[in-house]
Amino acid sequence: MRVSPFIRQALAMTALCVSVQVLAEPAKIGMITTLSGGGASLGIDIRDGFELAVKERNGQLGGIDVEMMIVDDGRKVDNAKQIATRMVERDQVDVMTGIVWSNLAMAVIPGVTADGTIYISPNAGPSLLAGKRCHPNYFNVAWQNDNLHEAMGQFVSDQGYQNVYLMAPNYPAGKDALAGFKRFYQGDIAGEVYTKLGQVDYAAEIANLRAASPDAVFFFLPGGMGINFTKQYSQAGLKASIPLFGPAFSFDEGILKAVGDAALGTMNTSQYSHDLDNPANREFAAKFMETYGRKPSLYASQGYDTALLLDSAFQLVGADFKDTEKLRRALAKAEFASVRGEFRFGNNQHPIQSIYVREVIRDGDTVTNQLKGTVFTNHQDAYAAECQMK
Amino acid sequence: MLFLEQLLNGVQLGMMLFLMAAGLTLIFGIMHLINLAHGSLYMVGAYVTATVSLASDSFALGLVGGCLATAACGVLIEMLAMRHLYHRDHLDQVLATFGIILTANEATKMIFGPQALFLNPPAWLSTTVNILPETPYPAYRLFVIVAGIVVALFLRHLITHTRIGMLIRAGATHREMVTALGFNISLLFTLVFALGAALAGLAGGLAGPLLAIEVGMGEQILILTFVVIIIGGIGSVKGALVAGLLVGVVDTLSRAFLPTVLKTTLPAASADALAGSVSSMAIYILMAVVLVVRPQGLYNAYGT
Repeated sequence: MRVSPFIRQALAMTALCVSVQVLAEPAKIGMITTLSGGGASLGIDIRDGFELAVKERNGQLGGIDVEMMIVDDGRKVDNAKQIATRMVERDQVDVMTGIVWSNLAMAVIPGVTADGTIYISPNAGPSLLAGKRCHPNYFNVAWQNDNLHEAMGQFVSDQGYQNVYLMAPNYPAGKDALAGFKRFYQGDIAGEVYTKLGQVDYAAEIANLRAASPDAVFFFLPGGMGINFTKQYSQAGLKASIPLFGPAFSFDEGILKAVGDAALGTMNTSQYSHDLDNPANREFAAKFMETYGRKPSLYASQGYDTALLLDSAFQLVGADFKDTEKLRRALAKAEFASVRGEFRFGNNQHPIQSIYVREVIRDGDTVTNQLKGTVFTNHQDAYAAECQMK
Repeated sequence: MLFLEQLLNGVQLGMMLFLMAAGLTLIFGIMHLINLAHGSLYMVGAYVTATVSLASDSFALGLVGGCLATAACGVLIEMLAMRHLYHRDHLDQVLATFGIILTANEATKMIFGPQALFLNPPAWLSTTVNILPETPYPAYRLFVIVAGIVVALFLRHLITHTRIGMLIRAGATHREMVTALGFNISLLFTLVFALGAALAGLAGGLAGPLLAIEVGMGEQILILTFVVIIIGGIGSVKGALVAGLLVGVVDTLSRAFLPTVLKTTLPAASADALAGSVSSMAIYILMAVVLVVRPQGLYNAYGT
């Protein structure tokens, strides 16, 4: 059958218009993060890191135009749930990301991923979502909650401490933290204290700590809580006799700026440090300092890496980014140059990476973290075996 | 020894709460105004004290600057917003002052940025003092306790022995009579609001070296402050002092000793988790008990 040339041309034009239409539609990325209240500096760092990557690529990731929807959850579970529902149902986002706190993550992620939306966590990594309740639509670019604490448990044991006092807030990440520390720490526990999330005054806890006479303290208190505790601990005159250890969350760049000399000499573990010597990080740290006027914290690097991961995945799938299955497979490949160095996903789509130890030092007129050594290489989280995927 | 140290911690927390509650109870008692923005004034005090202390290298100057700036903010808020709310429903007052909280938080973020500010106590207070044998206690916390006592004495003198104090007490119960006698009641209200604001600013300035100076710091202490004035009796500064100390001590002692007490009967992990939850409820249980036994609070309003 001969198709008239006119019909053929019309069909070609229609096909061209339709494909141009598809190419022009932007990818919608929903970011729910904490931009106000006690833990705001974490969410702000994640957002700034992510936005830097998008800005560098002129509003695109992987050649696709990106439309960011950034909403503040105020560290409240109800807010996060409402915003997530709105983003999935009304705004129809293609990818969701951003949540800082594990209690909010546990409330939002299972529902969102079950509904068919891909979620990439730039921070919270609760153990349940890495193990029994892992899901093909859920990726974690940062770490599993226990990881940095496991590294510190190993480090503290290696340094010879036998009697350690533990402190963390009473919420999923706090419990994960102390569980992770105890998994690799060999000695005795002088005390294990769970404080209230958002607590400001630690005088009572510090007095109890002194009475217990440990030889070291390991504490996980992110954001404003870390600032309060470290200041009060130093004022109680304990820093010289009982050294402080913690994950990077207790000593991030924002906390150090607010605490100053009170944190000097403490050690913390992290998968990232702004002085890591690889080409991607050298460029990132310099650009971040230039754009925002501060050194990038691990949260900023996590936000940036999330954007880079999406960039690599979008480059692979191109216009088919709305195909969840294709996008998922592209994301799992993780073919991007992470600013922390080597990066790959395990079977539960959580990172397998190196964890370093850093010391807080004075650098001219600022207090900052300095890379001191490596604790783990190719470290995988403890829950990967419980995940049924692949 | 540990018990005495924890008791001191409780007293110090109580003094901080008293400073906040005194201002709030005066405003609520005298002007019948629910002021949710009291926490924002506390935040302003902390931020200004930090900025002035860092710029001038003097903590004393920072405190003074913080008080004055907060009093000035108080006057501004009173003239622009509060004046129109005196005759309105409590719910309207809550809505309006909640709006002020949101505005203050965003304004602070715009002026100072989202990161927390950094303030250390002055060098002569950064040491520890052996007030009890073998118990070094942070000198700065002792300073806060002393400051609270000084303010309490000052307020008592102000309210019972001065003309202004007499006007405050009279204006609370017989507003129209005071106006009829020729006193400018609206100026009085502005003064009381400024005094309340200055107290909140002082509390914020004193809290600066201890706690993180960040946006939203006022909301955390505001809830405790409301609990204190409900327990103490609305309008009574003496009630604010007694209730403040009570709340501070109960909260601190429950956090300090409940885990140990529970560990005698429960396994360690559950004891810790349960203790954490119960101790954060302790002050609300106290408030509930007081409301059942004596609903108007421990002390009558407009007392000393």
